[in-house]
Amino acid sequence: MYTSGKYSSRGPALIPRMKTKHRIYYITLFSVVLLGLIATGMFQFWPHSIESTADWTLDKRSVHDAPLIRLPVSSPIPERGDLSCRMHTCFDVYRCGYNPKNRIKVYIYPLQRFVDELGVPISSTGLSREYNDLLSAISDSDFYTDDVTRACLFIPSIDVLNQNSLRIRETAQALAMLPRWDKGMNHLLFNMLPGGPPDYNTALDVPRDRALLAGGGFSTWTYRQGYDVSIPVYSPLSADVEQPEKQPGPRRYFILSSQTAIHREYRAELERLKEENGEALLLLDKCSNLSQGAASARKRCYKGQVYDYPQILQESSFCVVLRGARLGQAALSDVLQAGCVPVILADSYILPFSEVLDWKRASVVIPEEKLSEMYTILKSIPHRQVEEMQRQAHWFWEAYFSSMKAIGLTTLQIINDRIYPYAARTYEQWNNPPVVKWSSVNSPLFLPLIPPRAPGFTAVVLTYDRVESLFRVITEISKVPSLAKLLVVWNNQNKSPPEESLWPKIGVPLKVVRTKENKLSNRFFPYDEIETEAVLAIDDDIIMLTSDELQFGYEYFNYLYTYKMPGDIKNWVDAHMNCEDIAMNFLVANITGKAPIKVTPRKKFKCPECTAIDGLSLDQTHMVERSECINKFASVFGTMPLKVVEHRADPVLYKDDFPEKLKSFPNIGSL
Amino acid sequence: MQAKKRYLILLSAGACVLLLSFLGGLQLPAARSRQDRSRTGHRPDQPWPHFSDPLHPFVPWDHTDTEEYNVHVSPRQKRDVNTSVYKGRRCRMDSCFDFSVCQRTGFKVYVYPQQKGDKISESYQNILATIEGSRFYTSDPGQACLFVLSLDTLDRDQLSPQYVHNLKTKVQNLPLWNDGRNHLIFNLYSGTWPDYTEDLGFDIGQAMLAKASISTENFRPNFDVSIPLFSKEHPRTGGERGFLRYNSIPPFRKYMLVFKGKRYLTGIGSDTRNALYHVHNAEDVVLLTTCKHGKDWQKHKDARCDKDNAEYDKYDYKEMLHNSTFCLVPRGRRLGSFRFLEALQAACVPVMLSNGWELPFSEIIDWNTAAVIGDERLLLQIPTTVRSIHQDKILSLRQQTQFLWEAYFSSVEKIVLTTLEIIQDRVLEHSSRSSLMWNSHPGGLFALPQYSGYLGDFPFFYATLGIKPHPKFTAVIHAVSPLVSQSQPILKLLVAVAKSQYCAQIIVLWNCDKALPAKHRWPATSVPVIVIEGENKVMSSRFLPYETIVTDAVLSLDEDTVLSTTEVDFAFTVWQSFPERIVGYPARSHFWDSNKERWGYTSKWTNDYSMVLTGAAIYHRYYHYLYTNYLPSSLKNMVDQLANCEDILMNFLVSAVTKLPPIKVTQKKQYKETMMGQSSRASRWADPDHFAQRQTCMNKFASWFGAMPLVHSQMRLDPVLFKDQVSILRKKYRDIERL
Repeated sequence: MYTSGKYSSRGPALIPRMKTKHRIYYITLFSVVLLGLIATGMFQFWPHSIESTADWTLDKRSVHDAPLIRLPVSSPIPERGDLSCRMHTCFDVYRCGYNPKNRIKVYIYPLQRFVDELGVPISSTGLSREYNDLLSAISDSDFYTDDVTRACLFIPSIDVLNQNSLRIRETAQALAMLPRWDKGMNHLLFNMLPGGPPDYNTALDVPRDRALLAGGGFSTWTYRQGYDVSIPVYSPLSADVEQPEKQPGPRRYFILSSQTAIHREYRAELERLKEENGEALLLLDKCSNLSQGAASARKRCYKGQVYDYPQILQESSFCVVLRGARLGQAALSDVLQAGCVPVILADSYILPFSEVLDWKRASVVIPEEKLSEMYTILKSIPHRQVEEMQRQAHWFWEAYFSSMKAIGLTTLQIINDRIYPYAARTYEQWNNPPVVKWSSVNSPLFLPLIPPRAPGFTAVVLTYDRVESLFRVITEISKVPSLAKLLVVWNNQNKSPPEESLWPKIGVPLKVVRTKENKLSNRFFPYDEIETEAVLAIDDDIIMLTSDELQFGYEYFNYLYTYKMPGDIKNWVDAHMNCEDIAMNFLVANITGKAPIKVTPRKKFKCPECTAIDGLSLDQTHMVERSECINKFASVFGTMPLKVVEHRADPVLYKDDFPEKLKSFPNIGSL
Repeated sequence: MQAKKRYLILLSAGACVLLLSFLGGLQLPAARSRQDRSRTGHRPDQPWPHFSDPLHPFVPWDHTDTEEYNVHVSPRQKRDVNTSVYKGRRCRMDSCFDFSVCQRTGFKVYVYPQQKGDKISESYQNILATIEGSRFYTSDPGQACLFVLSLDTLDRDQLSPQYVHNLKTKVQNLPLWNDGRNHLIFNLYSGTWPDYTEDLGFDIGQAMLAKASISTENFRPNFDVSIPLFSKEHPRTGGERGFLRYNSIPPFRKYMLVFKGKRYLTGIGSDTRNALYHVHNAEDVVLLTTCKHGKDWQKHKDARCDKDNAEYDKYDYKEMLHNSTFCLVPRGRRLGSFRFLEALQAACVPVMLSNGWELPFSEIIDWNTAAVIGDERLLLQIPTTVRSIHQDKILSLRQQTQFLWEAYFSSVEKIVLTTLEIIQDRVLEHSSRSSLMWNSHPGGLFALPQYSGYLGDFPFFYATLGIKPHPKFTAVIHAVSPLVSQSQPILKLLVAVAKSQYCAQIIVLWNCDKALPAKHRWPATSVPVIVIEGENKVMSSRFLPYETIVTDAVLSLDEDTVLSTTEVDFAFTVWQSFPERIVGYPARSHFWDSNKERWGYTSKWTNDYSMVLTGAAIYHRYYHYLYTNYLPSSLKNMVDQLANCEDILMNFLVSAVTKLPPIKVTQKKQYKETMMGQSSRASRWADPDHFAQRQTCMNKFASWFGAMPLVHSQMRLDPVLFKDQVSILRKKYRDIERL
């Protein structure tokens, strides 16, 4: 900008002295600039796919390129995990610090290949596909940082998902060699298959100092509540098999058992249940005639009949998830995906993400000892509850089990919630499926409070310039005993409100607020002057109010009107000078899920002499426009939140044949 | 001309340069960032790279489940091994609790008989009295699932006057001790100066602890119960309500964050309180400490003491408590402090600074919805943190403090019952409460999971689940007099109710001594009429949770009630808007009789009412279950013996649950034939004792509930055009106008 200004200002001085060669010079300059412009433009607006492919090929590397690290035999081994570790003792919270987004920063160690002195790798599989997916999901997420000094949580790239493929001692040594290990502080390990034969411990056996463990298959004795995170065992089938979602409802089988490695004692017990209850139960096992391999994982058999797995799970209401050698079972994930309610028989098992997920709404937990009573217990569950559980189960799978990404990010979110508990996700956010989130209403004023008499209400009168009528309204309202304050919203910018001495003398404080613009929405602005919970909103042309009649809005909804109302509605109201009251009703209904309450039989609200032209409600197009409003608002809210009710509130003795002076509100109804 | 042309060329060239530099400028940052990325691509710490080579799955296909398990030890044996290994500090329900007794008899609690000479503190007396008065109590140890000692274990601070000596031997000598298996031990204080250990000073064996100020290290999850620290003055039943009377918007109060308490200078737990002065600003963050406590405080006094003490005396604790948005609850010598419950009741959102405290009832309460859990290590960030909390969130935190206070903490009874219910939920795992039931109104003590596991079967969760109640009702008519003539009111009533478009079925509860009338004596109706012979013919049987009631709404009727079809229809449409309340016709009121110092009952026409009698009322069928299973047999027996007051009791119950008044619909007040003077049959309403009995009932009920749960209302709901001067043809409920 600056340079060009200088250039053109110098222009006129140059031109008279210009010669032909100069002209050529200028033309060349011009064409060069033009060409440059075109080139830049091309570069700028060329489809970006080319670049990203270039990037992608650049990043596309082999695991074998990762640096090789040789572990000396004498390399230090971390201590075994400390069972008393909690966030306030074993986690360095200073690393996370305060940040306005309330989000932890996670660093992932670059991939290294660890081998022992003989060159044998520490793990038989190396980096697994699943762990790779998990790490790349985290690195693509908001949690990721590549700045190791700013990180709050560290994730080693050493894959410990499956303990069976690990050499325990060497893996531990490798962990201790990580540059930021520092006794495992703020390190997070992901493990899905802990323990090994013969005793199958329920937590990873690799010594790991103070590192947090996100483990599948914790028992109550190894799980450090509030420190570790219990995660599901990922089922690779879910990525492979496309299944249409099945709606909740009754299904062909009542109970299905599809696991292959069930202890013979339990299998015998299941057989007995099948004998007693017949067709309601389907008891599947491995197919003996099929060869081992990927194909056999997709088939199950019962008495020679072959069923497709996991599709068959969709045919049953309940699916048994029995403990195997380990507590965590990949079958749980398949079962949830099918929208089949898991019946979990694994004593002392800490269910996946139990810190935040309410499993009671998605599963049935039965002690192993009561396996024989399973049928009776499940039969006692009301079928509507079964449907809700089916829906909930599928939703849990979709949100938290379906991919390594889902599992990884959920784990990080749980840890994030512990570090910033005041910004934690709520129970509803974790547990309500989107269907429910849309249809449910959580009123922001949920406490059943009976409005107290003491604070009274604030009357808000919106006026333009009808002073005479306004004064009458004010005088009338001021007779109400519960009135605490009167607020006049002066909506006329061209005219000043009358002198203070001219206002009627009333017993309560009266405030006049002048607005900057003549907007109907001003009525619902949350003025600081409103100190009471209840607000009476009235127009200046309503003079037929007898002093007993009250119509309550809530101050809160005023606030909502200004700050929470979908943006375009507010603008619409201001532009059309109409419908602000309808908008308010929409909002209140949407937030509380309740209908408003009409009080007493008053219907005529306008004074007869106010038929002046400036009376808003008299405009010919008014009614038409108001119908339009309703349609417009309904489309913005996405649903029709308004509810129709057939009742109205009257005082208890209304219209009773009873001495008027004994009634609390005798003036009502004297139309 | 030439010059002009040149000038033009020059100008356009200039413009092009400008454009170029502009576009280039746009381009440059993008290019730079791309370059950055490609450069870091070669550095070791980069975003996770995309690996081109095929990777192995973490578990091979044929290993999806291990084969070894089939030859492994029997799972039963493995469970037995667990029980022998996990003892003491590693106790869990699976290893240290015997479920078998509970399965046989249900969840029953036995309290050891008190021995003469045992000194028992008032608080512990209250705990024992609550258990003995609860529906879980059994006096037969053979039936018991849980045992509670009559030895006072509340205060295990050796320096305390309440400390019970020789507890070790006393406990070991108990005949049913069985190494503490299935025993529950209550404790408020343990350990003493200087280290305040959490050891109780005797071997608790396999017993469960219900303990205040327990730390997460010592807390055995799903086995122990963390209870709040409560004072000697904490009321046994009822309890004060929360202090929040109305919501204010914006929700900020005079102070942002306050605290007033002792400072310890040295020793365990002193650090946090000693550092509070850093955050104090004497404006909206007022954190006051005093060194003046104990006999020899002057000895330990530090440089800041005099200044702190002076500041401390300037403020009034009560004033601060009621006028602050947040209240700091830092640990004292022990982890829990009285400040916690005080703040909760005052609707001052507690800001916890007590690292490692297992918060009260943490197993079931989601404390993030009612408190701010701070970290002692981050004390200096606390003001910034609380200021960053959005006002919507403050509003909801504040209301939740009130809900939790009233649901679980306001009396010793609530604390004890919550403890027992938590343990019951563990014992009957498949019919236990979900977190939603514990954390939303009306709370776990009123939402009994044995009724149904489906939330939609309760009257409280329709909005949360986004569903509506069943669109029909079941009428239950309570019949006490024999069927003699065809013009009897019950038959008219039956016909009128059956005509309602919302009626699903009619149940006639035959509580008459005479035999059931023949089937053809009942009028033919379009809805099924089911006649049930009342159990023992007692009053309470009208509120039994009959399996035959399939709808959510119950229309409860006396046999002599006079109602038209329109009135029934209208009442039901109103109930659909208020499914958790009693909606009906006959309204009554209560009042405090200051002369006699007791509650009075009135059926006079007054300007308000607090009860709607169940002679013609609609309510949710869950209240049948609650009436039968929640109320103690002492009250139900009283009702049965008097054959009276069952409707008052129902109103007490529903108002105690909802904290709201019932709803009266339309003008109708006379709804009995007898009252209209047409017949003088020996109705129970004609009995002169009847009214006096109802006064007595009221006072008896109020004392059991610990407070008066009834709430007055001045509102009556009428059809929208009721008595309006418009054409009758425009009105939907025309019959209601004619009395």
